[in-house]
Order: sequence, then structure tokens, then C-alpha cells
Amino acid sequence: MSEHHKETFITKYIFSLDHKMIAKQFLITGMFMGVVGMTLSLLFRLQLSNPGESFAVLEFFLGEKWAPGGVLDPNMYLALVTMHGTILVFWVLTAGLTGTFANFLIPLQIGARDMASGFMNMLSYWFFFAATVVLLSSLYVETGPASAGWTIYPPLSALPQAIPGSGLGQDLWLIAMTLFVVSSLLGGLNYIVTILNLRTKGMTMMRLPLTIWALLIVAILGVLSFPVLLSCSLLLIFDRSFGTSFYLSDIIIGGEALHNTGGSPILFEHLFWFLGHPEVYIILLPALGIVSEVISVNSRKPIFGYKAMVGALLVIALLSFVVWGHHMFLTGMDPFLGSVFTFTTLLIAIPSAVKVFNYLATLWRANIRFTPAMLFAIGFVSTFITGGLTGIILGDSALDINVHDTYFVTGHFHIVMGVSAIYGMMAGVYHWFPKMYGRMMNKKLGYFHFWVTFISAYGVFFPMHFLGLAGLPRRYYTNSAFPMFDELTNINEIITFFAIIGGLVQLLFIFNFFYSIFKGTKATENPWKSNTLEWTTPVERIHGNWPGEIPTVERWAYDYSKPDADDDFIPQTVPLKKGEIEH
Amino acid sequence: MTGILIGLIIAVSLIVLVQLLRVNELISQVKNEDPNLVNDEDNNTQGILAFSIMGVLFLASVLWQFKYWGIHILPPASSIHGATIDTLMRVTLALILFVFFITQPILAWFTLKYRGNSKRKAYYFVHNNKLELAWTIIPSLVLTPLIIYGLNVWNDITNTDTSNSKVIELYAKQFNWTARYSGDDNTLGKANFKLVEGLNELGVNMNDENAGDDIITREVHLVVGEPVLLKMRSQDVIHSAFLPHFRVQMNCVPGMITQFGFTPTQTTAEMKNQEGDDFEFVLLCNKICGAAHYNMKMKVIVESQDDYDAWIYSQKTLKNTLTVK
Ligand code: HEM
Ligand SMILES: [Cu+2]
Ligand SMILES: [Cu+2]
Repeated sequence: MSEHHKETFITKYIFSLDHKMIAKQFLITGMFMGVVGMTLSLLFRLQLSNPGESFAVLEFFLGEKWAPGGVLDPNMYLALVTMHGTILVFWVLTAGLTGTFANFLIPLQIGARDMASGFMNMLSYWFFFAATVVLLSSLYVETGPASAGWTIYPPLSALPQAIPGSGLGQDLWLIAMTLFVVSSLLGGLNYIVTILNLRTKGMTMMRLPLTIWALLIVAILGVLSFPVLLSCSLLLIFDRSFGTSFYLSDIIIGGEALHNTGGSPILFEHLFWFLGHPEVYIILLPALGIVSEVISVNSRKPIFGYKAMVGALLVIALLSFVVWGHHMFLTGMDPFLGSVFTFTTLLIAIPSAVKVFNYLATLWRANIRFTPAMLFAIGFVSTFITGGLTGIILGDSALDINVHDTYFVTGHFHIVMGVSAIYGMMAGVYHWFPKMYGRMMNKKLGYFHFWVTFISAYGVFFPMHFLGLAGLPRRYYTNSAFPMFDELTNINEIITFFAIIGGLVQLLFIFNFFYSIFKGTKATENPWKSNTLEWTTPVERIHGNWPGEIPTVERWAYDYSKPDADDDFIPQTVPLKKGEIEH
Repeated sequence: MTGILIGLIIAVSLIVLVQLLRVNELISQVKNEDPNLVNDEDNNTQGILAFSIMGVLFLASVLWQFKYWGIHILPPASSIHGATIDTLMRVTLALILFVFFITQPILAWFTLKYRGNSKRKAYYFVHNNKLELAWTIIPSLVLTPLIIYGLNVWNDITNTDTSNSKVIELYAKQFNWTARYSGDDNTLGKANFKLVEGLNELGVNMNDENAGDDIITREVHLVVGEPVLLKMRSQDVIHSAFLPHFRVQMNCVPGMITQFGFTPTQTTAEMKNQEGDDFEFVLLCNKICGAAHYNMKMKVIVESQDDYDAWIYSQKTLKNTLTVK
């Protein structure tokens, strides 16, 4: 690939086939959606801490219709919650996270010139882009965007008479999700093929960095589960538009008895969660991969128990297909099934514990270099522990009876999935920024960003457990309808306070990001003294990645601080010395 | 006006920020090292900061929250099975907090203890089968009894004998609850959504011989110590009947009948004594169901048999409501 390509602006920045450019497109779209999703959550947080009060910002963003006199409308509250959840789960932490790092890291870390199919890769981004446009346009629909929760359970999501957001807004949501699934499948197939076929000479599976293992497993999870979401949405589209009764039965709405009989909303829940649960691991695993890499590099130590780490990833991925029922303990499902799902769910604690202890063992007797990326990785370990532990309560069907659908759940999943994955994503951005843009991000702003984020994230989500244990249901427009919740107001105020601080400091991160693209200090080829292949590519980031031959791999990725070595790192391209054993 | 002001403030702070970054970078250019690489001084401050914030501030705030917000947690269960859930919860919480207060301090301690230093070298430690086996087996050994314990509680709750329970229907629709008592025969008359009309709000089939003595009410009254079996239906979308004080929750799904059996152990009056005069048992909706989801509630009263009898005799049976014009 040494011959020179004539690149125009369009082929270089827009319809690019280069995996590095596509990765940046995913990243920047994801960041943009992150800001949108976060802003929505701040808007509804205002209502939760100050129910019924008038806010100029609400009227500014939502207009007279949805915030008459600056007071949030209850339908709009649910719409904001739904769009917030949808955007963060799918747009930011699925496409934004995997799309960025799978595209960027897979060819660079396995030693390939590009993805197996650059064209499919480009299509994957543009389907995602179209999905984004459709989803955002639903914010401007007369009857409001989808409002039935990100889980869009029918009949609520099927009947415009039940909630205005289930009109055109829900249609657009479903169209956007369909485009999104196509994008994920195109991406996922490409990642799998690339990892399996395009590894450079010497890059055996057991020499792959853990990032690649995680991304491979995520792609497989996605390819197996997203089609189920697609069929689940298609049936919902049929019920909504063509009078079928897959999910609908025995309904009177708006004074009118519907003709539908024989359908079951529970069928929808089974289909939805068959994707929905693997989805949370689709969000989490790339973060686990990134964190493993960042912790090892910055501990200047091999990741402890590489094989166990790969094994744990595989076990978690397998189990994630047989636990979906833990979202449905209270649907009237056969109690015996509930027992089975409790059992499989609690099993996940074991590989998760192995991961945590292996991280701790990696940090033990390390020589920790606190880059901003490393801080986010350590923050990840902290939130992964906290959120993982509360999962033991929710996974237990007997305990779930009283915490299901309360703020306890909101606290749990934000910490273990939301915040952890965001930390993983941040760690990835800070760590690979020099490779993406050839410049360094500002370190001091990075430190400030991390500490304020760490404090405010726990400040927002830890107190939610107490709201849940007090019995407060989630998706409530206000808790003021029940005197028993009156004493929770001050907790809600504290949460909103931290949410605003945490939101603002993300703007600082965005500033740092864009400032550094143009004005950051110039990076060297391998600023973190890292072993993996991407750090052998030139700072200039050329099409085809390596100017000459593709390097061959001689050792695993984690030879940090190996005794008898001259330096505290040995790149994967350095051959084993005579008599040196691999590890 | 405020808009312009805010815009100005943002613009000024951006300019200040950019200038600060510039100065910072100029200084280090003079020193001839990249200011964005990490040096020993950074490692020192960040290590200490990590320990203070993750190890001290965070853990202290968790203790603080338990102390000051723990009181908001629901009072002990007012039902027989609820007490077993509470015990299971206490055991699980104790275990979780134990692990939490071991692992988090270790993490924080390591960040401080092993903060980097250019003169030191890390210990090359690749793997150790014994250790890894230990932390696979120990969690398994701890989890096994917990899983078995949890499943036992779950089985006891879901397989209770309900043959002697008083049958009451909870009927959900946007955005209120209706209850139907099964009357003297303790059997609910059959119902069909197509029969919902006028006063027959629940679509009860009046030709069913069990229907006539059914009683429709806007409050749920329960007798202390007497088992009840709640049967749930929904008219439109999914709702969920949530009675947090009894540790009872079950979805109400259109097209389906779901159920939950339990026995209340404390009267409303007793609870008012314990928890204050404004205490009430409540039924909430706990599945997103539309605009007024947050306000879909019904009063629940637990009382003595005598009080209950007095109340139920004052209610009209369906036969009376529907046939008398
Ligand atoms: C600025 C940070 C954030 C704040 C303040 C925030 C706040 C909230 C709150 C209060 C709710 C519950 C509202 C309700 O149930 O009525 C919620 C729902 C949700 N959030 Fe967040 N969140 C934040 C970030 C995230 C992140 C990073 C994720 C990524 C996974 C996320 C995913 C969700 C989801 C899936 C829901 C459920 C939506 C639904 O009920 O349909 N959030 N958020
Ligand atoms: Cu799940
Ligand atoms: Cu409801």
C-alpha cells in the first residue's frame, strides 16, 4: 500500500474508508450524543429535585408546549428519560464506545493495514449516522419523542392513545433502532473477520492484547443478539401499524375496546431482554478490555493472569445469554424459571470477582504512573466493584421483589454500566489520543476532569440506592404524590447538585479534546512506553498504518518490567533473547 | 440580557483557560520536556489524592449516608414472608458491605503505596495458579449458600398454600386502581374486557354464579393475620402492583391474570404508633404506564376482623350495584 492515493476532502474526512478516520467519526458523533443525552438528564433532574417549579432553561429547551410556564410536562418527563436512556445505552456506549475503539484498535493492534472490508466499515458509520439523524429528529415531533422508557414495553409503546410519545415519535425511534442494528451488524461482522483473518505473522490468539479479546467477544455477542432486537422491533412495528396482535390482547384504551386478542406483552419482554441483557455486556466488555490494557501499561507490570482474564471474558459472555429473565421476575413468569435465572445470574459474580482480584493483583507492587487514563481505569475498578456488589441483591429473585423498578436499580446500573463504561471510554480517549491526533491532551485538565467526575458520579448515583430502599419507584415524574417520600427531597437536591457539577466538568473535557487536536503538544511515536503494535506506527497516521512492511510479532503484549531487560518495556516486535522464555 | 451575560462569561473563561494552557506549555518548552507526560511529582500528588478521595472521602461518605439516610429505608416488613425477605436482605447486605469495605480500601491503598517513581521498578508477576484458584473458589463457596438460601426464600414465597386465602382482585388502568372482593363464596366471578360498560367497570360476567356477591371498592382493607391472595388484571398497559411495606410486587399485564399471596402482620393503627400518625400503607404503580404513572395509588388499610366486617358489610355487592337502577 505504498503507492500514493489522491485524497479529496470528501474521501478523506467524509466517506472515508480508513479505519482510523471512521473511528474518529464514531467518537465525535458519540461525544455529541453524549452531550445531548446528558443535557436531557439534567433537564429532568431539575424537575426531580424541585418538582413543579418553573425553570427558564426548561422553557428555553422545550418550549411553551412541553414546559408551560417553565414547568416540565409529565409526558415530556417520560420522553426525556426515554431518550436519555436510549441515547446513552445505544448511541454513546454501544456505537460511540465500540465503534471508536474497535475501528481504531483492531487493525493497529493486530498488525493489519485496515479492516477486512473498508467499505462495509464506512457503511456501518453512515447507517449509524442516519440512525442518529432519525432519532434526533424525533425530538421535534409534534406529539413528542418516544416516551415508553428505553425498554419500550408494549402495550404502552404500541398505543398512541396511551401516551402521546407512542405516536410518530415511537415510529421514528423504531426506524432509528433498525438502522442502528444494521450498523452494528455491519461493524460486528467486520470486526470478527478482521480479528480472525488479518492478524500479522506471530500474532497468535494468546498473544492478542486484552482489548482485542474483549472487542472480538463483543462483536460476537452483538451479531448473535442484535438480530433478536430487530425481529422484536419488527413485530412491534406490525402491531402498531398493521393490526397484528403479537404483543396485544384484551385492551381497552381511550374508552375503546381493541380487537386484539391472544398476544402477550411478555413475549416482547423475553425477546427484548434476550438482546437487552447481552447489551449491557456489549457496553461493559470493551471498557474491561481498555481498562486491562491501560492498567497494565501504567502499572508497568504485566496484566495479572492473562489467561484467566480471557477465560473470565468468555464465561461472562456465555452466561450473559442465559440470564435475561432476571429482568422479569415479577411478570408472573413461572417461579421455577425465576429460580433458574437467579442461579445463572449470581454465577456471573464469580468471573467478575476474578477480574477484580486480577486487577488488584496487577496493581500490587506496581510502579503506577498516574496518567489521566490510568486514573479513569482505577476509577473503573472502583465503580465496577460497587455496582457489581449491588447486582447480587437485584439478581436474587426474592430480594428483587421489593427493589425491582425502584431507584435502587437506577443507582445500580448507572454505577456498574453507565459510569464504569464511561470511565473505560474516557480512559481509552486519554490513552490513545496521541495515536489518534498526534498530539497530547492536557494533563492537568485531565486530572481535574477525573477527580470532579469521580466525586460527582458517586454523588449522583450512590444516594439513589437509599431512595430505592425507601421504596421510591423509578420513572416517577415527582415523588411528591406520596407523603411517605417527602423526607427524600434533600437527597434529591444533593443528587441534582452533583449532576450539574458532573455535567459541567464534561464540557471541560470536550474543550480539552478539541483544544488538544489543534494546539496540544506534539506527541512522540510511543509516549506511554507501551508494548502493543499501534505504538510502532508513525505519528503522521498514514493510510495503511505502517510505511514499510507490517511488523511481525515476537512476544505477548505485557512484558513490562521484565527482569534482565534493559528497559521497563519490551515492544511486541522485539524478538526473544537467547534463552528468554516468553512469560 | 442574561443570555448575553452568560455568553460573555463563557467566552471570557474560555479565553482565560486557553491563555493558562499556553503559559503552562511555554514554561515547559523552556524546560525542554513535554508537560503532558507524567513525572514523579505528578505520581506523588495523584497517588496521595487517590488515597484521600477513593479511600477516605468516598468510604467516609458511604458511612455518612448509611448513618443519615439509613433511617429513610422502609420500616421492617408488615407481612410474614416480608420478614424472611428482610433477613435475607440483611445477610446479603452484610456480605456485600464486608467485601466492599475490604476491596475498596485495598484499591485505594495500592494506589498510594505503589505510586510511581522513576527510580523504582515494578515486580514482574505474570500469574499464580494458586492465587487465581483461590479467588475463583472462595467466591463460589460464599455464593453457593447465598444462592441456596435465596432460592429457598423465593420458593417459600411463590409456593405458599393459598387455598385458605381471601381472594381479592386488583384491577389496574390508566391511572387508578380498583379492588374487587370475591364475596361470601371467596371466588371471583369471571370477567372479560368486552363486558366493560357503564357501571360494570371491570367487565364482570354477571351470568357467572360467582359474580353476584363480588364487591367493588376503592380501598383495600385487609385483616391482620389473615392470608390474602391478590389477583391482578390490567385494562390497558402494563402496570405493577407494588406494596412496599409488605414486600409485595407483581406486574399487571393486559390479557393475563397474575397473583401474589401474603399475610399482613401489623395493623395500620400499630404502624401509626411506630412510625408516626401520618403513616399509611399504600399500593403504588411501579411499571411505567403513562403521564400520571407517578400518581397511581390506592390506600391500603390493615385492621382487626371486627373493623373489617363492619367495613365490608357497608359495601354494595355487584348484584346490587348493577341490577338496581
Ligand atoms: C449526567 C449523568 C447522568 C445522570 C444525572 C443520569 C440520571 C438519570 C436518572 C435520574 C434516571 C432515572 C429517571 C427515572 O427513572 O425517572 C436515568 C435513567 C437512565 N439512565 Fe441516566 N444519568 C446519567 C448518565 C447515564 C449514563 C452514562 C448512562 C449509560 C448507561 C445512563 C443510562 C440510563 C438509562 C438506561 C436510564 C433508564 C431510562 C429508562 O428508564 O427508560 N445514564 N438517568
Ligand atoms: Cu440483565
Ligand atoms: Cu400504572
